[in-house]
Amino acid sequence: MGFEGIGASVRRKEDVRFLSGKGNYTDDINRPGQLYAVIKRADRAHAKINSINIAAASAAPGVVKVFVGDDMAADGVGGIPCGWQIHNQDGSPMAEPAHPAIATGKVRHVGDPVAVVIATTKQEARNAAELLEIDYTDLPAVAHLTDAVKPGAVEVHDGVAGNICYDWAIGDKAVIDGVFANAHKVVKLELTNNRLIPNAMEPRVALGDYDTSSGEFTLYTTSQNPHVIRLLMGAFVLHIPENKLRVFAPDVGGGFGSKIYHYAEEAIVTWAAGKLRRPVKWTADRGESFMSDAHGRDHVSTAEMAIDQEGHFLGLRITTLANMGAYLSTFAPAVPTYLYATLLSGVYKTPVIYCNVKAVFTNTVPVDAYRGAGRPEATYLLERLVDVIAYETGIDKVELRRKNFIPADAFPYQTPVALQYDSGDYQTTLRVGLKNADWDGFEARRAEAKKRGKLRGIGISTYVEACGIAPSAVVGSLGARAGLYEVAEIRVHPTGSVTVFTGTHSHGQGHETTLAQLVVDQLGVPFDQVEVVHGDTAKIPFGMGTYGSRSLAVGGSAMVKAMDKVIAKGKKIAAHLMEASVEDIEFKNNTFTVAGTDKSKTLTDISLAAYVPHNYPIEELEPGLDETAFYDPKNFTFPGGCHIAEVEIDPETGVVAMVNFTAVDDVGRVINPMIVEGQVQGGVAQGIGQALMEGCGYDADGQLTTGSFMDYTMPRANDIPNMSVATENTMCTHNPLGSKGCGEVGAIGSPPAVINAVVDALKDYGVRHLDMPATGPKLWSIIQASTPRMAAE
Amino acid sequence: MPQVTLTVNGKQHTVEVEGRTLLVELLREKLGLTGTHIGCDTSQCGACVVHVDGISVKSCTQLALQADGAKVTTIEGLAAADGTLHPMQEMFREHHALQCGFCTPGMVMTAIDLVESHPAGLTEKEIREGLEGNLCRCTGYHNIVKAIAAAHPLMHAKAAE
Repeated sequence: MGFEGIGASVRRKEDVRFLSGKGNYTDDINRPGQLYAVIKRADRAHAKINSINIAAASAAPGVVKVFVGDDMAADGVGGIPCGWQIHNQDGSPMAEPAHPAIATGKVRHVGDPVAVVIATTKQEARNAAELLEIDYTDLPAVAHLTDAVKPGAVEVHDGVAGNICYDWAIGDKAVIDGVFANAHKVVKLELTNNRLIPNAMEPRVALGDYDTSSGEFTLYTTSQNPHVIRLLMGAFVLHIPENKLRVFAPDVGGGFGSKIYHYAEEAIVTWAAGKLRRPVKWTADRGESFMSDAHGRDHVSTAEMAIDQEGHFLGLRITTLANMGAYLSTFAPAVPTYLYATLLSGVYKTPVIYCNVKAVFTNTVPVDAYRGAGRPEATYLLERLVDVIAYETGIDKVELRRKNFIPADAFPYQTPVALQYDSGDYQTTLRVGLKNADWDGFEARRAEAKKRGKLRGIGISTYVEACGIAPSAVVGSLGARAGLYEVAEIRVHPTGSVTVFTGTHSHGQGHETTLAQLVVDQLGVPFDQVEVVHGDTAKIPFGMGTYGSRSLAVGGSAMVKAMDKVIAKGKKIAAHLMEASVEDIEFKNNTFTVAGTDKSKTLTDISLAAYVPHNYPIEELEPGLDETAFYDPKNFTFPGGCHIAEVEIDPETGVVAMVNFTAVDDVGRVINPMIVEGQVQGGVAQGIGQALMEGCGYDADGQLTTGSFMDYTMPRANDIPNMSVATENTMCTHNPLGSKGCGEVGAIGSPPAVINAVVDALKDYGVRHLDMPATGPKLWSIIQASTPRMAAE
Repeated sequence: MPQVTLTVNGKQHTVEVEGRTLLVELLREKLGLTGTHIGCDTSQCGACVVHVDGISVKSCTQLALQADGAKVTTIEGLAAADGTLHPMQEMFREHHALQCGFCTPGMVMTAIDLVESHPAGLTEKEIREGLEGNLCRCTGYHNIVKAIAAAHPLMHAKAAE
């Protein structure tokens, strides 16, 4: 057996299970006596519910019960809560309208639940749902940001004037206006960040169960953070105390943010299971996923940079409209504020930054964090703006970036937008990126492509992001209604094997492998004797789950802390057994040694003594070897890097082919390089998807026009190139592992690199900017419109 | 209710199904073979791919009754009785070609048919085009393509033995 500690590309523990069809996903779980729920959803964006006639549906074969929103309200069920409160510029709190699990009074987006039909089979429930008679009065709807803020626009919620959830700002408006008044030049860019549908391959599932003997509820759910669901649903929605509510998220088939949030269906099945005294299961059809999973992005922004004669950035002024959808999803308010505006310094030493964000309600599915969450929007805005500055000033785009970089010796670096970056080396990631992408050889490749009739372009993006979310006191002061520490329990069994209980959750990231490698490294326990358990509130002390690339930086750090406690206790036991003083005991390679002697005990000797305490310092020390630690991070972590995209456009069709993609990222300490590369590759593919093909559409009436995989373009194998992925790492300075996180970098750095490449490919067509996605028809139109002028030149 | 008789992973079953029951529903709900997944409702994602008489088929797009008399192989039927993985499974593991594992069963079943039907070899382009009917949201396909390329010589060497 080879080296299996930190730095080894150990093959994954979870793979044999997944490759043999033995995964245990939520929809694979069935409980005795289980019923099936089908949710009747609004087929229109905005309407008053006059009446719901459930008689025919209730009498249909197999139907056990039909519930509507009023039934839940009458039972005292609370609305779906929001986990983050933003304050307006004037200090008042954001608008936080009620979000009933099943709509009462009005529906506010296509997909809003109207009723739930519960039957003995799914087919019977589905048939009966067709028999529900819902009398609506249609109301005008508003789906798009710019329409929603127009004077006189339809109001999504009564009493929320102008559809403004909040009007928030960071920076000093008077100071930034002064900078602009005196600037040599101002470059302005208006841009959108296209709305995306996350589309984890596993649709959401929720199975509620109620144990009549213990009075305990169990929710099996496709969640990235079961403890958070227990907290939100138990405390705010169903009023079930933690000791009577177990939430279990088993194998989860991808999340990308969309499975962070507490969803209505979780509350509906848990509540219904209690009412009916039988298990109730709901499994989303993909069509339901499109209209009920939280969407991502959807910003419209105006960005302006003030520069001096040499192209130094003097000040950045931004206004952004951010779509919240019809209701506030769990973390939605935080995304366009503390995960977006605080990243607008990027990798640059821009001294003054001001950003105003208006969050806006529309008649659309709620919008929340999707892979990267706020940071892709900030990166895309900045990196497009930098390219436009290069375009307008004629300064080389690489040189422009270099001269504005925060230098490697400036860390820790305090940005003007609240964050303090602890480490980074942007010149190095840029240098290696340019080399790996053969940047200098590009013009020859462009010329060769031209001979083949293709338009070739190259684009770069240099970025930083904030993850390892997050210091509790800091986020508390910014509006978070929870702490964001992480929890680990390390249980050393009597025979020396180890079970890790982590509050993070793996839904593809490979925690069962990576976290086991931490135990190999620190305790010297063989890899195959380490088991990682996650996802079950009945087993794990507590936890905040997985998002914001936090599992290793925060959850791994909690493990290090818990293992420190194991070692400290083990030393006391070893000192007793070897009749030495604790100070003289050293621990290394699974062995406790009395310093300077050949006396030693293995961890197994010590764990056996701890559980069979015949010869044991029982007066001073409890038996057992099982330690728990809570780790609250001191700061965010700041991964960053350089992404370079190379594209070829066919001028006959406008279709873009991704020909090369190079990523050089700084993710801090790497535990398993194979897994890190996989995370980056997957993130880049999602970024390419956003840049070239993905886009959620609503028509003017709020009807979802991309409601299936036939309408919403997902990247397929032939759309994605072979990628060159590498890391050039500086260590995080404030956590014990030095790790920063790698889950989101791919999706953050890549979209602007791709669009910069597309714009570069079209440079002879006078294109300054174009919005994502850069689809074939869009580019074909640009090329068609420009060709005559080119011909005339 | 009509009956369907089929052989799944070498074992014969006779099952009562509704006329509208899909093959994937029969496999998951009647036979408890939950390794085959349902990822969409428009035959786009390929998470449900199984082999019917040796050909890869989206089991969400075939009625259970259509499989009467057929030999069906699912992801559960690939490994040897002693647990030895099929070369495609082994190469997926070796090349980190899966993350969340949800698309994996369908991806592996598609990949095996792709390799079996191209004994002379597969270019990277052919592999990527051959995966047209399978979506993966985690891996960016990079390592899936590598795994399939690596499995090709192993599978055909084995077939030649």
